[in-house]
Amino acid sequence: MSAEAISENGAKSDFWDGVRLSMPVVVASAPFALLFGALAVDNGFSVLEAFLMSATVFGGASQMVGIELFGQHVAPWLIVLSIFAVNFRHVLYSAGIGRRIAHWPLIQQAIGYFVLTDPQFAVAERKAEAGETVGFTWYMGLGLPVYVFWTIESALGAMFGKLIPDTHALGIDFLLPIYFLGLVMSFRKRPLWLPVVIASAAASIIAYKTVGSPWHVSIGALAGVLLAVILPPRHSGVEVRR
Amino acid sequence: MSTTLWIIIAASIATYLTRIGGHLVISRFDQIHPRVEAGLSAVPAAVLTTLVAPAALSAGPAEWAALIVAGLVSLRGGLMAMFLAGAAVLILARQLVG
Repeated sequence: MSAEAISENGAKSDFWDGVRLSMPVVVASAPFALLFGALAVDNGFSVLEAFLMSATVFGGASQMVGIELFGQHVAPWLIVLSIFAVNFRHVLYSAGIGRRIAHWPLIQQAIGYFVLTDPQFAVAERKAEAGETVGFTWYMGLGLPVYVFWTIESALGAMFGKLIPDTHALGIDFLLPIYFLGLVMSFRKRPLWLPVVIASAAASIIAYKTVGSPWHVSIGALAGVLLAVILPPRHSGVEVRR
Repeated sequence: MSTTLWIIIAASIATYLTRIGGHLVISRFDQIHPRVEAGLSAVPAAVLTTLVAPAALSAGPAEWAALIVAGLVSLRGGLMAMFLAGAAVLILARQLVG
């Protein structure tokens, strides 16, 4: 077998490795895509607009907030600002993942940042932590199915939203927290994991009760990150790795 | 163009800025201070926790059971096993608790 064929096979299996890891995300996000489509039409979006929003914004929680405000006839700039606020946590993801994908060509990086969602970041970080290179092919294998299903299911939800049965009995409103808990657990070997989790949990709950959603996400996240910054480096294990 | 379309376009640009912004800021520095590095390595646990904790607090016994089982499975199994176990417990518990 020629070297070229081997690397082509390698790229293929890299891609499918990513696709395999994307499956829980596709399953967990499907109900939300359908729900988003249904709610969007309910709040005055057309099917095409619902599809467009999913295809260009590609951020579930922020889209839900956006259409909710749209339905209440809130000023457009305030809707955009709210969507920005919900998505603000991506700034942290972006700063973190930059180290892992800096070796990609610029255009690939630009595409990579476009599909940078919660699970995309977390699963890519896990791979980097295991000492493996985060390649573009693998990364897109992980991200593309989520993107394609998300946009198609949004359109389906917009077209057939009124047919969705009892979602509570199927548990679909709580699938994402379960999945996110699994991701939190998968980082438990990192230095300072427990103090960070406790700080973020406490701060996000307090912020949720006081300031309200969606700010509890950014506030809670900042609390955990700041704790890691403030604690002496010997606790964070950064020096040990040098 | 309709207002809706403008909202979608502005929202997508704002969102892309959050996805690329952190990198653009960090990449301006040649060296990353150890404390900043410590902060960055805390990002996954810090952000993802905020997506679980308030939801868990305002949930009920069925959701708590699902989270506990999922948490225990994640100590041994992979992400998919954890997710399926949690989802199964959730659906079963909701049949019982309602």
